[in-house]
Amino acid sequence: MVTLTKRYSVLPGFNLALGLTLLYLSLIVLIPLSTVFIKTATMSWGDFWSTISNARVVASYRLTFGASLLAAIINLVFGLLVAWVLVRYSFWGKRILDALVDLPFALPTAVAGIALTAIYSSHGWVGRYLEPLGFKVAFTPWGIVVALIFIGLPFVVRTVQPILQEAEIEVEEAAVSLGASRWQTFTLIILPNLWPALLTGFALAFARGLGEYGSVVFIAGNMPMVSEITPLLIITKLEQYDYQGATAIAVVMLVVSFTLLFLINSLQWWSSRRYH
Amino acid sequence: MSLTHLKYVFLTSILVLNLISPVPAAEITLLNVSYDPTREFYKAFNNAFIKHWQGKTQEIVKIQQSHGGSGKQARSVIDGLQADVVTLALAYDIDAIAKTGLLADYWQSRLLHNSTPYTSTIVLVVRKGNPKGIKDWDDLIKPGVEVVTPNPKTSGGARWNYLAAWGYALQHGDAEHAKKFVTQLFKNVKVLDSGARAATTTFVQRGIGDVFIAWENEALLVINELGKDSFEIIVPSISILAEPPVAVVDKVAEKHGTTRVAQAYLEYLYSEEGQTIAANHYYRPRLEKVMAKFADKFPQLKLVTVDEVFGGWAKAQKTHFDDGGIFDQIYLPAGK
Repeated sequence: MVTLTKRYSVLPGFNLALGLTLLYLSLIVLIPLSTVFIKTATMSWGDFWSTISNARVVASYRLTFGASLLAAIINLVFGLLVAWVLVRYSFWGKRILDALVDLPFALPTAVAGIALTAIYSSHGWVGRYLEPLGFKVAFTPWGIVVALIFIGLPFVVRTVQPILQEAEIEVEEAAVSLGASRWQTFTLIILPNLWPALLTGFALAFARGLGEYGSVVFIAGNMPMVSEITPLLIITKLEQYDYQGATAIAVVMLVVSFTLLFLINSLQWWSSRRYH
Repeated sequence: MSLTHLKYVFLTSILVLNLISPVPAAEITLLNVSYDPTREFYKAFNNAFIKHWQGKTQEIVKIQQSHGGSGKQARSVIDGLQADVVTLALAYDIDAIAKTGLLADYWQSRLLHNSTPYTSTIVLVVRKGNPKGIKDWDDLIKPGVEVVTPNPKTSGGARWNYLAAWGYALQHGDAEHAKKFVTQLFKNVKVLDSGARAATTTFVQRGIGDVFIAWENEALLVINELGKDSFEIIVPSISILAEPPVAVVDKVAEKHGTTRVAQAYLEYLYSEEGQTIAANHYYRPRLEKVMAKFADKFPQLKLVTVDEVFGGWAKAQKTHFDDGGIFDQIYLPAGK
């Protein structure tokens, strides 16, 4: 195994490459994250528990995970649609549309938050038409979902796009010539191929939503028990110089997020093995 | 979640910048770490001080400014940002820095007037014509009046707002009454922005709310920048004396050898020129002579102080804004 790696690898040697990888990951990810756990460890178990199980904090977990999940599901559906349009059709301005998809990556999140709030508040371009229908977006949990959809959009599109591009159109033609309906072709031929990529995009969008702060604080209204996200509570603790309390909540977010991402990745691994 | 992470990235980049930037010539550099709304004020003041200092000692000083939320700025200094002086929104934030040993506990007694060269207060901003007929604090708790204020948990300015309302209520009843009053007031708040500037945007740009509780300097800025045709300032009968303090960060200044100039920099804030610049930027000057010149700009009203009503910042913070404090109780579901 080792000899194989040596023979085919472009990088100079497995040991050196892995060593550098570990060093890099440690400096950038592991050491900073481990300080979160170390800081929390200075708390007593009772303090830790009362911090993370406080009614307001629990309400914020529900909101943060719920809104991220909902936004990721919406992005799953519409991200697939966007990718489909970009890959399968050619039309005027396609390049521009393609570039637009990446915009949420590049835009400072606070700018996105301020812009979205301006549009969806009761005097905004969209908000003024939604409000008479009894649908308030800005300064409600729905505003959070909108912000998370915005920042999560590129993930699904960019993971699904290359897979769609590579899919052989002959397979679909064969299915049609054998009498499959459009719906059958889509669900039985195209979709199974896309699942692993869709799941990856979904997991990335979901994870991004969990940690998002900048865009959400502007549109959420930040009302305790109603529209307060967990990252805001962490900031709140820091404003009181309560570093331990802040890291305790961060630990909960880390552990739960990691577990969820691990599950989604396992699912993705399983589905890619099943269909290939 | 990524805050600790960010902190390290930040510190590392400062380290790298220190390594690659050339050693400065024999020029004194001061770093003033301040909070958001003082940006324009210190820009003007720094120029004045540089001239003053050069005239007096022939030395050329360079002053760098850093602005952000007051609490966030204090945390950066605690985490190693090399501030020679801090000019923040709350004494509580400088106390937090003092706790780490960077400056003496009694820092607030070192300069005149509790180390606060200029003051401000909290006023009410309404839309032109005052459609809801707001005249004083008790109009803010009427049903149907929408109030805009940032979140006291994340904004230093918002803590002044809250304490001003509390101070007013205390004149008309006991602490229980004040608690009811403030609870009622915050029930009329539909959006809790995270900072003072964000709340200004919500009220001014997005047209949300009937009354906006703001720093007097922020309110005057809004009126002068965005027009007297859209907004009016309502001066309540009672408000709070907001005292944004300043201090030399002893350990850092000693290390940089800037103690003397840092001290002079803060003292110059009390000079006639410093006070005039502060007044021009809508801060209330301490110097009677300067105050008299700006009398029409700063109406007289009854001002209570944090020390006399709340027993100092540490106590006010603990009772009202810490987790489980009175502000939190406002939002807890009934019965808890």
